[in-house]
Parts: sequence; structure tokens; C-alpha cells
Amino acid sequence: MADNPKDIAIKPGDFEPLDQQAGPDNERIAAPSLTFGQDVWRRLKSNKTAFTSFIILVLMFLVAFGGQAVYHHDPNAQQPKYANLPPKIKGVDLYGFNGHLKQSGKDVDAYAAAGAGKDVHYVLGTDYLGRDLLARIMYGTRISLEIALIATLIDLTIGVGFGIISGWKGGRVDLFMQRVIEILSSIPQLVVMVLMATAFTKTGMASIIAAIAITGWTTMARLTRAQTLQLKNQDFILAARTLGESAPKIAWKHLLPNLSSVIIIQTMFTIPSAIFFEAFLSYIGIGISSPQASLGTLISDGQKNFQFLPYQMWYPAIVLIVLMLAFNLLGDGMRDAFDPKSKR
Amino acid sequence: MPDARKKILEVHHLKQYFNVGKRDEVRAVDDVSFDIYEGETFGLVGESGSGKTTAGRAIIHLYEPTSGEIIFNGQDVSKLHTKKQMHAFRRQIQMIFQDPYASLNPRMKVKDIVAEGIDIHGLAKDDADRTKQVEDLLETVGLNKDHSSRYPHEFSGGQRQRIGIARALAVEPKFIIADEPISALDVSIQAQVVNLLKELQVKQNLTYLFIAHDLSMVKYISDRIGVMHYGKILEIGPADEVYNHPLHAYTKSLISAVPVPDPEFERNRIQVPYDESREKDDKKRRMVEIAPGHFIRASEDEVAMYTQRAVDAGLING
Amino acid sequence: MKNPENIIEVRDLEINFHTYAGEVKAIRDVSFDLRKGETLAIVGESGSGKSVTTRSLMGLLAPNAEIKKGSIMFHGEDIIKKSEKDMQHIRGKDIAMIFQDPMTSLDPTMRIGMQIAEPLMKHKGLKKKEAIAQALEMLKLVGITDPEGRINDYPYQFSGGMRQRIVIAIALVCYPEVLIADEPTTALDVTIQAQILDLMKDLQNRIDTSIIFITHDLGVVAGMADRVAVMYAGKIVEYGTVDEIFFNPQHPYTWGLLNSMPTLDTASGSLRAIPGTPPDLLDPPVGDAFAARSDYAMKIDTEKEPPFFKVSDTHYAATWLLHPDAPKVTPPAEIVRRQKKFAAMQKPKAPISNSDSKE
Repeated sequence: MADNPKDIAIKPGDFEPLDQQAGPDNERIAAPSLTFGQDVWRRLKSNKTAFTSFIILVLMFLVAFGGQAVYHHDPNAQQPKYANLPPKIKGVDLYGFNGHLKQSGKDVDAYAAAGAGKDVHYVLGTDYLGRDLLARIMYGTRISLEIALIATLIDLTIGVGFGIISGWKGGRVDLFMQRVIEILSSIPQLVVMVLMATAFTKTGMASIIAAIAITGWTTMARLTRAQTLQLKNQDFILAARTLGESAPKIAWKHLLPNLSSVIIIQTMFTIPSAIFFEAFLSYIGIGISSPQASLGTLISDGQKNFQFLPYQMWYPAIVLIVLMLAFNLLGDGMRDAFDPKSKR
Repeated sequence: MPDARKKILEVHHLKQYFNVGKRDEVRAVDDVSFDIYEGETFGLVGESGSGKTTAGRAIIHLYEPTSGEIIFNGQDVSKLHTKKQMHAFRRQIQMIFQDPYASLNPRMKVKDIVAEGIDIHGLAKDDADRTKQVEDLLETVGLNKDHSSRYPHEFSGGQRQRIGIARALAVEPKFIIADEPISALDVSIQAQVVNLLKELQVKQNLTYLFIAHDLSMVKYISDRIGVMHYGKILEIGPADEVYNHPLHAYTKSLISAVPVPDPEFERNRIQVPYDESREKDDKKRRMVEIAPGHFIRASEDEVAMYTQRAVDAGLING
Repeated sequence: MKNPENIIEVRDLEINFHTYAGEVKAIRDVSFDLRKGETLAIVGESGSGKSVTTRSLMGLLAPNAEIKKGSIMFHGEDIIKKSEKDMQHIRGKDIAMIFQDPMTSLDPTMRIGMQIAEPLMKHKGLKKKEAIAQALEMLKLVGITDPEGRINDYPYQFSGGMRQRIVIAIALVCYPEVLIADEPTTALDVTIQAQILDLMKDLQNRIDTSIIFITHDLGVVAGMADRVAVMYAGKIVEYGTVDEIFFNPQHPYTWGLLNSMPTLDTASGSLRAIPGTPPDLLDPPVGDAFAARSDYAMKIDTEKEPPFFKVSDTHYAATWLLHPDAPKVTPPAEIVRRQKKFAAMQKPKAPISNSDSKE
């Protein structure tokens, strides 16, 4: 095991004592500095599924919110003579995209039958009122996302605030606040929505957002409370208290940054469930009312003609599915990125 | 002789109960009294569950004591009602925590952690002053200013503990409660932190309450030691006297269990068992001064026995 | 090199960890032997590689670890080359491990009797009834009072010290040849620690197992070990019998460690800390890794890595100070005091009768 020390060539001066001042800095840290955010981003990027979902979501947001700047079609402009036209893309001769339909076994050029000129083509076809389906899907996705985002934002504000106060105060306050949560979460969202529908006379974005927000924040509040309970006995919080930091400042400086991962992850799961709930309400007819559109109303409209014109339902449904999947997969990826230990 | 010095902290009959009146009532600290003189280090020793940490937290007013008095610098801490008074109290007394991984907010940069007290108490004139103060503090604890923009997770346990010390020093306290500041650290680093604390004590005239379970380190750093068990202090005395001539059976047992880095000693070590049933016989006990400055929690009929022990140990003349 | 008394022979082990910042060279060329019936203590700071070394013996390295080089011979077979399935037969049966935290190393939902019996059923194919009967014997052996009454209790019904006894019972129930104890008493109070250490010594005599004891507490080492290996920055820097390490240490790091712990005789103010922090193993220093923190560093320490120099047949240290041409230095006062004691002890008592030289 031991080398033979005699073989070692020693130069004169090798055994000079070392000037410690000139020595290397022994408190040096070699690893590059990485903030928490950078670290999370690094892990997220290495997760292919989550990162793909992220890209897809970014694209969908771009199209939903900025698409109309490029694709100039009014989603509400009715053209009764061009009703129920199938998708037609210029220069593509592929069934499903060439404006042809199968009617009682025969291949029919629907555009010619409707008397449309050569330059008329709807990329995703039209609905029963002759409205451009692509424009309506972009518009509907935007509405769906808006509802989901606003509802989630309200969720977040109420839920996080409620949870922090409940967890931080503890004792009787906590006991009372927990009962409030239990009562609220025992009311089905659908019941709230029906009540909203009666209260608002005309259902629309506001009533849906209100319905989601009233009962939706309880999960967020529960999670924040649990995390706050854990955090508040951490030494760094105690240290802040011994320094004389006030409770609101502790919440802002110490609790929130450490709650951020829980909040963000929960948000990533709240958004798709809000989208889904909105779609569900609109589908059963107590959500967004025409002429406004959302993914739910589009699917509902499309379902009426599903047997003959399946594209009218397929396209909005695909958008909804992709949206939900992407949010959920990204949420999963975020959870792993924020807390690598929880993975498997 | 000790009376000549100024008492910076007096704890009288401190009781800290949790879940009072419920079935799971815990008497974490039960009738504890001791004084700490300015400029000294008082070591509070005990095993887990002895209430030593709770005592420290009650003193720094993280808990509302169940009963008893805590007098800091002549002022009753429970009577600090206004925000201003509490603020002033918070500046004078600071704490160093056990777990260097839990005591620093993982989402904050080192400079903001250290400057927390400076910000709260408005001790910096401007940003440049704040930065300078932080850099000076880091240098005081043996770190350099390059470290100030890094996050806690990049540091080793010993470095983190030094950051925690810098944070406590930022408000220029008079009194520091060190709650097991070294028990989570490696041996070589323990000595670093202990020596740093000693050095700071001399330079800044600090008083320490040093809470620990490691008797050998406590003996090394402390002037006086109090031994806690089940929420009560059983023995208080000068550090060397308590360590070399323990009078209480529990202290004897505790000291006999301390591992010593000496194989020869270890081969011949005899561990003294401790029979704790005696503590629970419901006799009235109070702190009795058996030898000068050396107190034992004893009942009236035990005093003679402890006095005899003190005579045998040569602490007093028979 | 092949010593029949050696149960485990670790040779030239190098382990890297892949991290975002690069390769952390956690183990940098480590070799040691474990002999039958002895207790080998591996001492070092966190990050010195002591836990990684023993985890590699168990085949329990983290997924981002890579064994670059070396061998771990156990009964003439290289553990590194074994499959996970083979390792499962070795773990718990031939090599068992006790971890630091008795709270997390027990299954909270399983009765302790079953937890002790499980390895017997798995490795020895015993029926449940026989296994439970042996578990009961084991409970008696580790000193649980009223074992019959408590064999069906759950872990939460025991105190920390009692739980660690149960963990030991699980580890030893198959009478393993090697027991790896990774800081088994660090989480315990001193009085409990003393009891657990006594128990381990007692059990070692009864079932003749070899122990690798990992700790940073030199006091515990002094009481437990027959031989000691001191690790620093992923390397063993000195190894020898417990008396040689404690009373005749040669490496400045060992000096530093012994110097930074108060003993019975340490007067106030004489505690000497080792300055600085261990090097970052992302970028290990050239030469002697301890040079940056050593008062005795020489020019060569920053250029060439010191080989092991022989102090006695059982005692080697990797420091240039032992080179015949190196200037004689006076160690710190505390070490001089210890060395005087060593001289007074005349012949060091070898704890293992056979102390064959290693080459």
C-alpha cells in the first residue's frame, strides 16, 4: 500500500516552510453561484416532457393573445351563406383540408356547393353560422385562459393570504379559519354556479370567475397553512423575530419566498382545473353565453353537428386536451424541479 | 466576590409550561432561577428534553413565560409593553441557533441575511454604509466580502454558523444566547466557532448564555455552569468545580458519560448510572448554596449529605 | 498484500459525483483493510468522504456517483462488479449497516418484532414463527427490558436510545461478518451514547463481527476503535492503531483534530482550531490537500502529493514531514504531551495480536 519513499525525487528547497499568507484562500467556493431560480430553471430544462409542455404553452398563449394581429378574421362575423364549410387550406389537396365533404357516400366540394369563390378558404372551416372556426378557437382559448388566469389569481391572493394568517396565528384563529375552509369546500362548485346564474341574470365571465374563486381557493389556503406551520418554527424565522422583525415583514421577506414553490406548483394545477371547469359549465350551458365563445361553448356547438361535421368539435377539443395536458405535465415537472428530493 | 459584578440577567422562578390545563401539559421549564453576570459565559447543560432550549427562548421572549420573572439589565422583560421598549430589548439580546442549515433563509443572499438587523433597526445611513457594515461583519467572523452575494446553501456548516453569528452581531447586542451553536458542526470547526465566540466576547464585552449538551466544550468556554434535568436546574457552580467535583449525582453521571479523546482513559472509564426516581419523591427542594457560589437543588434533609460531599472534595472546610 | 485475516480489502478506490458544477472528486484513491473481529474507525469531517466510502461497500451510492477506479474485495470477490440483485443478498446478511438517525431508519408502520425478523426470513429462509422467536432473543441481547411484552410494539413507543438498540438488533440479527456504523450515536444524548457504545462492544465480542465505525467524534473513537483511519478531502491521511493515532500522531491534520478538542486537562484558552474550511472537491488542490490549513506546510506540499511514510508496522502517515530530508518540527504542545505519554507507554499494546506489516 505504501509507496516506497526512497524513489521520490526531492529538489532542494522543497522543504522550505510555506508562507501561509501567500497560500491559497481556504474559504474559496469553487462552484459557480446559482440562485434558487436558476437552479430550478436548470432542472426544469433538463426535464424534456415538462420543457416541451412549457414551449407548447408559450406558443398557445402567443397564438391566443396575439394571433388575431396576424389572422384578421372576426370571430363573430356571421356569413350564413358560408355556414358549415369544412376546413380548406390553399394548395392542399388532402381530404379534411381541401374543402370536400362526404355526403351520403359521395364526395362533394362544399365550397363550390355554397357558391364560394376561389379565394374563399377557411383553415379550420366554419360553424353553423358561417363564423371562421380558427378565429373562434383562438378567441375561445383566449377567453378560457383569461377566465382561468383571473380565477387563479383570485384563488392565489385569497388562498395564500388566508393560509399564511391561519398558520402563523395558530390557536383559536387557526381553528376558526379552518372551519370556514371546511364549510366552503363542502359546497359543490356546481351549486355555487347555479346560484350565480340566478344572481347574475346573465351568466358570463364574471359569474364563472366568481364561482371558481369562491370555492377554489381552499386548497391553496390549506397548502399554504401547512407549509407556514412548518416554516414558522424554523430557526431563521425565530432569528428574524429575535431581531424584532414585525409579522407582516416576516411574512413578506421570509414566508412568501419559501412558500413560492408550493404556490407556483399549486397554481400550475389550479389553472387547468379552472379551464376545465369553465369548459364544463359552458358546455352544459350555464357558462359563457353567445356571441362570446370559449372552448366549452365551441365544443358544445360542435357536438350538435358531430356526426356530420366532426371537425367542428374535434379542433376545439384537441386544443382543450393539449392545454390541459401541457399544464399538468409542466406542473409535475415544476414540482420535481422545485423539490428534487420528492422525485420517486 | 461575585456580588461585586453587575448582574446583566436575573431569572427568578421561571416556569414555561405548554398546553396548560390539558392532558398533554408539558412543564418544559419548571421553577428555574439563575443569574448571569456581565461579561461572563454561563453554560447551561442538559440532555434532550431537559428544557435548556426552552429556557433560552423564554429569556429572549420568543415565548410568553407561564410565570416567573426575567430581569434584563434591571428591567423586567414581561413589563416591556410598548413597541419601542421591545425594539430596544431586541437590540440588546441576540441568539445563535443550533442548526446552521435551518437558521438561514435559503432564499436570501448572505448580505441580506446579515443586514436583517441593520435594516430593522435602521442602523445604516445609506446603501454604501449598509454594504460596508456587512463586509466588516463578515470579516469579523472570518469570511470575506466575495461571500456576501452568495446563497446559504453554498456554504459549509461552519461557514453558515459564522454567518449566523455575523447576523446576531449586526445589532451590537450586549448579551448573546448561543443555543447549541456547535453541536451540528465537525470537531475542527467546533473549535473555530468556540474560539471566535471567545474572541468576540473579549473584543465587544459580550455576555453569553451558552446552551449545550457537550459538557467538555461547555466546561472549556464557560465561567459558570448550570446543569438542567427535566426542566429543573440541579446544580450551579464555577465551571471547573462542577466538572471536576460534581456534587449532584446526575452531574456525576453526565460527566462520567462524556467520551474523552484518550484511549487509555476510555479503557478504564467507569460510567456512573443515575437513579432519577429520587427526583420524583415530591419532597420540597430549593437551590442551596453548599460551597461558595456552588448551588445544589436539595431538600432540607439532603443538605448535610451534599455538604459532606463538598468537604470530601475539598471545596469547603469541614 | 493478501492477508487471510482481511475480510474486506479496499484498493485504490476513486469515486466521483456528477453535479451541475462539474465532477466532485469525493474519494481520491483510498485503500484500507478490515480485519476479522476488529473495529476500524474512519474519522473525518463532513465531506471528507468517510460516508461515501462505506456506502460504496454496501453498493448504496447515489445515482450520480461513479466509481472511477479501484476494487472492494469481500471474500475474494469484487463488490463493485456485483449486480444489484447480488448485493441484496449481501446487504443485511453479510454486511449490515446502522445509520445515524434511529427515527428514520425504522419503519413506523411495522411492529418491531417483524422488523427484526424480516432479514431472517429473507436471508435465512426461516418461517415466521422461528424468525420471531430469534427476534425475541435479539431483543434480549440488545437490552430491551420486558422483550416479550414489547416485541409487538411500534417504533414510536420507544425512546431514541431504545430505537437505536432496535436498529442494532435488526442489523445484527443475521450475525453479519461486517457491521458498518455510520455515526450511530451522534443523534443521542451522552449517557445514552455511552450505553449504546458499551452494547456494541459487548455484542461484537459475542458474535465476532468486524465493525467499521464512522464518526467525527474523537472521544467515541478512543473508546471504540482498535485501528483508526483519518480521512481528509477524500483521502486517508494517516492510519494506525488507536494508541498510535491518539498518542503518536504524525499528520498535521491529526494534530489539528486532537488539538481542537478539549480533554480533561485542557485549560481554558488553549484550544487551537484548524483555520479555514476543507477544500472544495470540485477542484481539489495539488499536493497535500491540508497544506492550506496547516501551520507546518512546506513548499513541496503544494506541488507533490505525499506518499505514505511508514512510522511502524501498523502505522502510516501521508505527510512530507516524515521524509528523511524534511526538517524536524515540534508539534503543538498538546501533541507533544501525548507523545510523551506514548513514550512512557513503551510498547504500544497491539489490539489485534497479529499485526502483519502491509508490504
